[in-house]
Amino acid sequence: MAKAASAPRANGTPAAKPSKQELLGYYRTMLLIRRFEEKAGQLYGMGLIGGFCHLYIGQEAVVVGVQAALSEGDKVITAYRDHGHMLSTGMDPAGVMAELTGRSGGYSKGKGGSMHMFSREKNFFGGHGIVGAQVPIGTGLAFANLYRGTDRVCTTYFGDGAANQGQVYESFNMAELWKLPVIYVIENNQYAMGTSVERSSAETHLFKRGSSFNIPGEQVDGMDVLAVKAAADKAVKWCREGNGPIILEMKTYRYRGHSMSDPAKYRTREEVDQYREKRDPIDHLRATLVERKLATEEELKELDKEIRGIVNHAAEFAQTSPEPDPAELWTEVVH
Amino acid sequence: MPPEILMPALSPTMEEGKLAKWHVKVGDRVNSGDVIAEIETDKATMEVEAVDEGVVSNILVPEGTEGVKVNTAIATLAGDDEPKPKSGGNGASAAPPAPTPLPKATPAPAKAEAKSPASASAPAAPPPAPLAADPAIPAGTEVHTITVREALREAMAEEMRRDPNVFLMGEEVAQYQGAYKISQGLLEEFGPKRVIDTPITEQGFAGLGVGAAFGGLRPIVEFMTFNFAMQAIDQIVNSAAKTLYMSGGQMGCPIVFRGPNGAAARVAAQHSQNYASWYAHVPGLKVVAPYFAADAKGLLKAAIRDPNPVIFLENEICYGRSFEVPKLDDYVVPLGKARVVREGTDVTLVSFSITMGIIIQAAEALEAAGISAELIDLRSLRPLDIATVVESVKKTNRVVVVEEGWPVCGISSEVATQVMEQAFDYLDAPVARVTGKDVPMPYAANLEKLALPSLDEVVAAAKAVCYRN
Repeated sequence: MAKAASAPRANGTPAAKPSKQELLGYYRTMLLIRRFEEKAGQLYGMGLIGGFCHLYIGQEAVVVGVQAALSEGDKVITAYRDHGHMLSTGMDPAGVMAELTGRSGGYSKGKGGSMHMFSREKNFFGGHGIVGAQVPIGTGLAFANLYRGTDRVCTTYFGDGAANQGQVYESFNMAELWKLPVIYVIENNQYAMGTSVERSSAETHLFKRGSSFNIPGEQVDGMDVLAVKAAADKAVKWCREGNGPIILEMKTYRYRGHSMSDPAKYRTREEVDQYREKRDPIDHLRATLVERKLATEEELKELDKEIRGIVNHAAEFAQTSPEPDPAELWTEVVH
Repeated sequence: MPPEILMPALSPTMEEGKLAKWHVKVGDRVNSGDVIAEIETDKATMEVEAVDEGVVSNILVPEGTEGVKVNTAIATLAGDDEPKPKSGGNGASAAPPAPTPLPKATPAPAKAEAKSPASASAPAAPPPAPLAADPAIPAGTEVHTITVREALREAMAEEMRRDPNVFLMGEEVAQYQGAYKISQGLLEEFGPKRVIDTPITEQGFAGLGVGAAFGGLRPIVEFMTFNFAMQAIDQIVNSAAKTLYMSGGQMGCPIVFRGPNGAAARVAAQHSQNYASWYAHVPGLKVVAPYFAADAKGLLKAAIRDPNPVIFLENEICYGRSFEVPKLDDYVVPLGKARVVREGTDVTLVSFSITMGIIIQAAEALEAAGISAELIDLRSLRPLDIATVVESVKKTNRVVVVEEGWPVCGISSEVATQVMEQAFDYLDAPVARVTGKDVPMPYAANLEKLALPSLDEVVAAAKAVCYRN
């Protein structure tokens, strides 16, 4: 773990070691995201999902580890690679999948699609399609928390590509100036569409990007859910104690292309295989569970079966839920 | 003739001000850079510095005098009676050039000079036309005369008292008391938690406001002018306007983006654009552009309470204009309703915001020519109350639409189209438009005047649709 030189750190007691139950929970959610995304890719190939569809495969540990550190009332916002975030906040996989297929049973009644889904109930504020635009919004959600006098935080996710957007730095400035409880989670999957961080960023250590605003930053192994959880615990504590914003740069990797239509010719097969075979977050946790005798192979197979059942049900619902009524075209433009 | 010190203009729109204080008296010697007087408008107090050296020989305007016109002589300087520095000339040094005092802002505006707020020192409103009473106001309601600026301030203050979730943020809204003094006194009453000075970072604070609205607050985001909101237009359109629809009705964005829109005076192309049609184009937004103070107050209160994002377009030149406002505890004007402000029979003149002043004057000129004009103030641009226009056209059969903005894809284009669609059979002449010219705003005074819609153009267009010369 690297730290920005100027970064003050939260000096709390280290979070307690995750229990068996917690570890199984992380495994379960990561697996759900993986299987869900594989199914989404399949439905896309069948022409059932249209437009842009950005899969989260490979990055599961990031959102699962961060979400595990949050509590009731904390808020979440991200960009368009958002299916994993929705599933980890507890949104119904069937409702998410039905939105991907543009059906009335989707979270946005089929009017938002892959990139635009929300759940007030789960404090998930989207789902935003413009690179970087969710960052000031997430900062504003944190502002609302502080304004109301709560200690709730807003986790604001963005990618290495968005990290070069001007509005990110406008947000950093105000967040630190007003000590807003916002955790900026940079999901550095190393490619902004097809452009690598090295080719797009003068400072490739993205956790340092807050230094000129005095925002502490930390680089975290985003392929290791336990490392993510530990870092997120500290970050949440930092924010709850009124210290203002904090940046977590999650070094991660997406196995698939930027979107379904991306053949990913900008990187080698060897590079991808390196991550898939040696760094996979799900395999890694599975090995830990077996090694520590926290779960047997049979139990894990059973879990896998259960997850496949949930995903198959979601896919079924997403294909049988009716298309939105034509009258829906004209509703919800304004209140 | 002794050199004169003239009343300076503090801004391009200032016409007069108060000579608040003299720092010198007759007989005092002044050096260039000395602060010699303070002048005030309803917006700001400024110090006047001497430019040249000399001895004050006469104070022409005593301190405390109100309504001193710009360029009036306020004092004279006598030739220097102290020994002159030796010069190689013929000994009689030339009289110092007429000093032109430099106004010095206190406190200095934080923005670059180009963004420096201009101030209107209450330019006179156009002469009153016999306007129809607003039917929404009960007959016999007591009224008071206040400026548009005060009306906007009252609206925000009343809504902030009513709802603790309402807050104001923007550049210079708090300690500076507002670049145009709309928020004067609000920091004192509501404190820094609810009246928030932002950095100069429009995209950032517009997006932050959207997030705060998603989080259940009721932000009022002030843009120093809407010219600067172009930096933030992605957040306004993509984040604020579309989210209700994209979320299948789950989310909402109750936010007001407000500030002066359109041309001020002599601030040239980048600071003089009218954005009415830009925002009126966008489903998911509501767009309001009042002219009268009562509408400014009532519509702003409605905008703050509205659950949707509302673009509230003000006009710098109109801030200082005074109108009657009903003295009611809670005066709210519904969004989306135009108002017939003057009844007439021969031609309908439709406008909104500052150009209402022109059509009011035009109605008088037309009256003198025997043409009875009906005047409609659109007030809201989205939703557009075309029904009120159509009803009027059914009566007058002729319509002229007047706006300050550019003609292509403008508000007047939209009104013309909808009148054609809905009242074609009632038209006795093609719909006429008078708009700003299709050019960036020029700086030169004469060209700027030509670029804006004029009274003469409106009168000519009205006569043309009446087939009168």
